[in-house]
Amino acid sequence: MKLRVLPLIVALAVFSPPAYAGDARADAKSQVEFGIRVAQNGLWKEATYRWEKAVEIDPTYAAAWNNLAIGYEQEGRFEDAQKAYEKALELDPKNLYIRQNFDLFKEINERTKRRSNR
Amino acid sequence: MNARSAAAIVSLVVLCAAGACTNFYEIPIETPIQPKLDVSAFQRILVVGFITGGTEDVDANLETVRLLRSQLRSKSNLRVIEAEVLPLAELAAGQGKSSAGDIPPVPPLPSEGQQASAPQPPPEPQSDAPRIRTEKDLEKYQSIFADVAFWKKIGEEYQNPLIVTGTVLFTPQQTQGFVVRNQEGWDNLGRRTTMPQRVWLERKGFVLSPKFIFIDGRTGATIHSETFREEVLYEARQNTPALSSYFELMDRLVPSFLGSLSMQKIRGIRTLLR
Repeated sequence: MKLRVLPLIVALAVFSPPAYAGDARADAKSQVEFGIRVAQNGLWKEATYRWEKAVEIDPTYAAAWNNLAIGYEQEGRFEDAQKAYEKALELDPKNLYIRQNFDLFKEINERTKRRSNR
Repeated sequence: MNARSAAAIVSLVVLCAAGACTNFYEIPIETPIQPKLDVSAFQRILVVGFITGGTEDVDANLETVRLLRSQLRSKSNLRVIEAEVLPLAELAAGQGKSSAGDIPPVPPLPSEGQQASAPQPPPEPQSDAPRIRTEKDLEKYQSIFADVAFWKKIGEEYQNPLIVTGTVLFTPQQTQGFVVRNQEGWDNLGRRTTMPQRVWLERKGFVLSPKFIFIDGRTGATIHSETFREEVLYEARQNTPALSSYFELMDRLVPSFLGSLSMQKIRGIRTLLR
């Protein structure tokens, strides 16, 4: 019985994320959710601050990077937005929402660059 | 599986679905685009007039001045000076004959009360107005934009505003050739189908090529210039008035023009994620 359970315990120890990682995601998630609420009320500066905190707490949280990119876009910080979108896609390359947001951003960014080169 | 456990599973599925639905939120955003020009030194703007050419069906000088002034009034922070539209082509042609010092009198600055009055009637067409048909014809008049003394004098008359001038060429165009179009039909089973078909088409329309020049009214020097080109083609049998084509084409350019002077905001929708 003990021998049968041992590999399971080892596998859990190896493959499950450490406890502090779960805490980090939970903390980051609460920052992200608060950011969403304030952004919906038009408080973009506060929202961006919250999402910055979220990616600081959990740099592997793709949704937080996506939201941060949107916050930067709203502030006109195109370079920062580009980097944040790239990071979000690097973490979650198959996420269609992030891809769509990034495509829309790129369209505006390229238009702005064309304008300044005219 | 009894009824209770089935209900528990169903409610769990519903909860999960609801949870999944609220994992994203669509949100409207406004992306600010910084202006190309720093106009903080100016409180006023004077759209003075343009050297225009092409079709005579539209008074491109008057229409461009009116359109830009009205756009600036509503979409920029600068105070728009209402003044007579200068017949710039005639002045430029006259300048070629006389010395640079002989600047024609600038129309007086209207008072605050006058500014709110109805738009001025269009100036009478003058027989000695130069005929400008092509870009090459326009080139002959370009030297007026480099005449610092001329622009400085206008600047002094209007208390050193930012001056907007330039050239506008609005020319008719006509083309003919094969165009691929989808032809609708019905197949043997009575279903609607579309088939691409090459058809010979005669089309006509207009080309609008404006060059906007921004001049510092304090110094008379050009600080920025921008060239655009837009065109539109209609089927030859479609009788579109030149003036509506002009506005259709200007509508495409105006945001870029305004973007030179004031911050523009591009509205869009993004998806926030949890």
